Amino acid sequence: MKKVEAIIKPYRLEGVKEAVTAMGIFGMTVTEVKGYGRQKGHTEQYRGAEFQVDFIPKVKIEIVVTDADANRVVEAVQKAAGSGSIGDGKIFVVNVENAVRIRTGEKGEQAL
Amino acid sequence: MKRRKIPGKTLLAAIPLLLLAGTANAAAGPTPAAIAADTIWTVVAAVLVMFMQAGFAFLEAGLTRAKSAGHIAVKNIVIFSIATLVFWAVGFAVCFGTGNAIFGTSGWGLAVADKDVNTVFSSLSFSDIPLAAKYLFEVVFCAVSLAIVWGGMAERTKFIVYLVFGVVFSAAIYPVVGHWIWGGGWLSTLGMQDFAGSTVVHLQGASAALAGAILLGPRIGKYTKDGKSNAIVGHNIPFVVLGTLILWLGWFGFNPGSTMMATTPSVGYFSYVAMTTNLAAAAGALSAMFMAWKLLGTPDMSMIANGAIAALVAITATCAFVDPWASIVVGALAGIIAVVGVLLVDRLRIDDPVGAVAVHGFAGVWGTLANGLFATPDRAKLLGVGGPGLFYGGGFHQLVVQIEGVSASFAYVFVMSLLVLYVLKITVGIRVSEKEELQGLDISEHKMWGYPEIFNPSFGGSGSMGMPPGASSPRIESAHQTAGQTLHP
Repeated sequence: MKKVEAIIKPYRLEGVKEAVTAMGIFGMTVTEVKGYGRQKGHTEQYRGAEFQVDFIPKVKIEIVVTDADANRVVEAVQKAAGSGSIGDGKIFVVNVENAVRIRTGEKGEQAL
Repeated sequence: MKRRKIPGKTLLAAIPLLLLAGTANAAAGPTPAAIAADTIWTVVAAVLVMFMQAGFAFLEAGLTRAKSAGHIAVKNIVIFSIATLVFWAVGFAVCFGTGNAIFGTSGWGLAVADKDVNTVFSSLSFSDIPLAAKYLFEVVFCAVSLAIVWGGMAERTKFIVYLVFGVVFSAAIYPVVGHWIWGGGWLSTLGMQDFAGSTVVHLQGASAALAGAILLGPRIGKYTKDGKSNAIVGHNIPFVVLGTLILWLGWFGFNPGSTMMATTPSVGYFSYVAMTTNLAAAAGALSAMFMAWKLLGTPDMSMIANGAIAALVAITATCAFVDPWASIVVGALAGIIAVVGVLLVDRLRIDDPVGAVAVHGFAGVWGTLANGLFATPDRAKLLGVGGPGLFYGGGFHQLVVQIEGVSASFAYVFVMSLLVLYVLKITVGIRVSEKEELQGLDISEHKMWGYPEIFNPSFGGSGSMGMPPGASSPRIESAHQTAGQTLHP
């Protein structure tokens, strides 16, 4: 099993959800996060004074999928989350050792 | 308003009789119908001005951070209540009671027999409305002036300061300058023209705000050690816009109501005042927008709002004295003054979160002086106050009177406010602790939040209380939060 973890622009979330749902992937965890990347935040202006936004609001999604689905999901997320501009985010794929459905006790891919 | 020297009073009083009542007995004074019309208009206007407290609450809350929003809004209920009681007991007598050239000394608690009202409050005897209506109309002005003070002191002042300073301001600061200009005091003898209070209401509030902002010092994080000014972003611009529009609406009571009669100085003259008021506000909003666009590269939303209010402040003194074209000039210049003034105050490293000093102070000075330029001879004569301005053949006389009035009023209010706040500073303290300021005044002063979900996880929020200013602004915080509400499974 793989966990696809993506940091994306908040307004892209809806599109990403639709894309992976269309693939038959059910289940996603969403967290509101803040962070910065290569741009190191940005500067904005308010009433003639500047303020630095060091940590930009992003959404982190986590989707755990079978090994077979992992690449397709990554592609779908990349396509749906991408706007072509700076700050589109990143996708990380990590190995998942096990999964348990709490209600039934099912394990591994059965639990997804 | 109040400051008419009543030469044409008897003459004018006859007009409503003929037009409104239709009864032939003109010698008996105003008819009940005329008095009713005057009273209805004045009370309606008072109610409109009272609603300006809602405007200030939203304007100030919007221009400051979410963590203090509840505190900033509720203080308008508190200070309005203080002004209501104190001005009834003391302030109204000091302001309008017959006394000396500096302050009134009669009419405490409005305890005056009906037959004596016009003697005890001779400065208001030009209006035929009942004393209760006069009080209602005047107390909401005092409360507006007091509301202005806190904008400059927002987000760092101890709650107790609102209470103590509110009492002193309503009893011994506002009414004194009010007496000078409207209550038969020395400036009214000189013929100072301040129709609805650019100086009496707005400059007074702003002068106290300036004293407070200086004594308090800037909010944590506003200015860095190398002198750089950081923006501390207001948390809700739609609130700012709503507050501004409520104030604009309230101004239709503020200025036109200052005739204190529907029938004087000529029947329905208040509608002329409403028109100049509106013209000025529109000109100010647009001039501020273009000025911000030019200076800052963007039509800053808060500056558009500030510009409209600055124009309303400036036209407050002038609305009844000038021609329509001049009201547009007065408003347009006020809008520019608002933008430049906000930047200037910031450059001086005085932290005025809502721009009270520029919008109510600088624009208030400009509006008052503008009478010395644009007051027309016929309107000055109609109102029975002062003479024509420089551009209407009056020479420098009226302008000099206006300058004297502005200077004296600023000096008195600024020094008195510094004194009172300084005494508070060295006794109970006027500023919250660093920790309390970082937490926000909602929780530190009231033990509750304006927006619980944002600041406390147990209400279902992300609990980002006490975030440092700048880096994680409440604007981002709250936008983020709103999105989150629909996302969580």
